[in-house]
Amino acid sequence: MKPTRVADVIVIGAGIIGAACARELARCGQQVLVIDAGLHSATAAGMGHLLVLDDNQAELDISRYSLRRWRELGPQLPDDCAYRSNGTLWLAANEQELAAAEAKSINLRGEGIRCEMIPGHSLQEMEPILRDGLHGALRLPDDGILYAPNTARWMLDNPRIRQRRARVTELDGNRVRLDSGEWLSSEAVVLANGIQAVDLCPELPIAPKKGHLLITDRYPHPVTHTITELSYLTSVHNSSGASVACNIQPRPTGQLFIGTSRQFDTLDPEVEGWLLARMLKHAASYAPGLAKLNGIRAWAGFRAATPDGMPLIGEHPAQPGLWLAVGHEGLGVTTAPATADLLAALLFNEAEPIPAAAYAPGRYLGEPTHA
Amino acid sequence: MPDLHLDGRPLCVAPGTTVAAALALGGDGSSRTSISGQRRAPLCGMGICQECRVSIDGVRRLACQTLCQDGMQVETQA
Ligand SMILES: Cc1cc2nc3c(=O)[nH]c(=O)nc-3n(C[C@H](O)[C@H](O)[C@H](O)COP(=O)(O)OP(=O)(O)OC[C@H]3O[C@@H](n4cnc5c(N)ncnc54)[C@H](O)[C@@H]3O)c2cc1C
Repeated sequence: MKPTRVADVIVIGAGIIGAACARELARCGQQVLVIDAGLHSATAAGMGHLLVLDDNQAELDISRYSLRRWRELGPQLPDDCAYRSNGTLWLAANEQELAAAEAKSINLRGEGIRCEMIPGHSLQEMEPILRDGLHGALRLPDDGILYAPNTARWMLDNPRIRQRRARVTELDGNRVRLDSGEWLSSEAVVLANGIQAVDLCPELPIAPKKGHLLITDRYPHPVTHTITELSYLTSVHNSSGASVACNIQPRPTGQLFIGTSRQFDTLDPEVEGWLLARMLKHAASYAPGLAKLNGIRAWAGFRAATPDGMPLIGEHPAQPGLWLAVGHEGLGVTTAPATADLLAALLFNEAEPIPAAAYAPGRYLGEPTHA
Repeated sequence: MPDLHLDGRPLCVAPGTTVAAALALGGDGSSRTSISGQRRAPLCGMGICQECRVSIDGVRRLACQTLCQDGMQVETQA
């Protein structure tokens, strides 16, 4: 097997993560070949909510840095990327959640992130779709939304990036084998193929977490923020069983995205009616007006979850030349810019834009075996 | 014989006529206008494709799954 050297860097996967990495590498002067098999991707299935999360320092670092990059990129993005800085409203349905919201606001403000508490009695004025009796909300005005599939396409439209439709069947450091049997090589290979990463690297600690979404017909509705519940913060981290959380996102078309669910131990892509119903009832318990709207499509997708919820970004400790950018769970659209900048910095030995240790593949794969 | 209004124009149809059929009988056959300004019309006829959504008495419904009733106000501009 004599591999053909095809580019400076091969990126496997043309989802939002592969696209962001390819774009950053191209910006650094690299010739990039992006290989994608055209599978059901998380990028096509996801919700594109761009949000700062602060459950731990690593999550805050990667989301805050990324939000800043999205705001810089925003004005350049074409219309069909549907980028908006519409803000997030975290709803508190009881005193406990209100206390959690206040604690969160203090933490965020301390980290330099703009946010404000909205008292319960002014919530309906801000978002008339909400029910009476909510205790309040935390508003993050600088969060946003994005239509990720078009943004990935836009990022890949670059003279230094070539794209090829093929399935990678085997990896060996900086060499990849395609389903045609052909071997290709480059200086570095970036693995950015979402939940399918384990097909090529079974040692990666990545598990699929299924999620359902629904989109409504267009209505002249007045929803402006992405509306989500604070108890989402706790249900996200349940490690077993099916859970639902209220997430309502206005699309620039006048449609609403309604989510979301989380399920482990399944790779069945079908919509499951019982869980979809539970999810919608739950959302309608915060926003009763939803029940009158017509849902025109529902679908499910898979998040690539790691045990600690943080992605794997960096060189594979046992495979020199193979770089990982996988495991972005439910936040990969948000965290694509930080992933790309960090990966490029590590690849070229430059200053890390955010501290890299929390995302280092070595935390699961051990230390490098090579010098 | 149900008497209804299609985009404000009166229309009389045979009992058992679906709103999708009424669109063809009394209008341009279309159910709505898409976000890019195209007129869209019923396609699958069995409640799956969602192309035939119309406004009936102010509520968004599927024309192919709805029978015409006396006094209905059907709007195809949304
Ligand atoms: C229901 C749901 C809602 C979500 N909501 C949000 C949200 O609101 N905000 C947010 O930030 N994130 C959200 N996410 C998460 C986000 O969508 C993902 O983290 C992100 O899209 C991951 O992108 P990716 O490029 O890593 O993977 P993917 O988008 O899955 O792309 C992987 C690509 O690799 C290709 N591929 C796979 N195997 C091979 C192979 N062997 N050879 C060649 N190509 C291959 C596939 O064809 C695919 O195109 C959500 C996810 C889901 C499922």
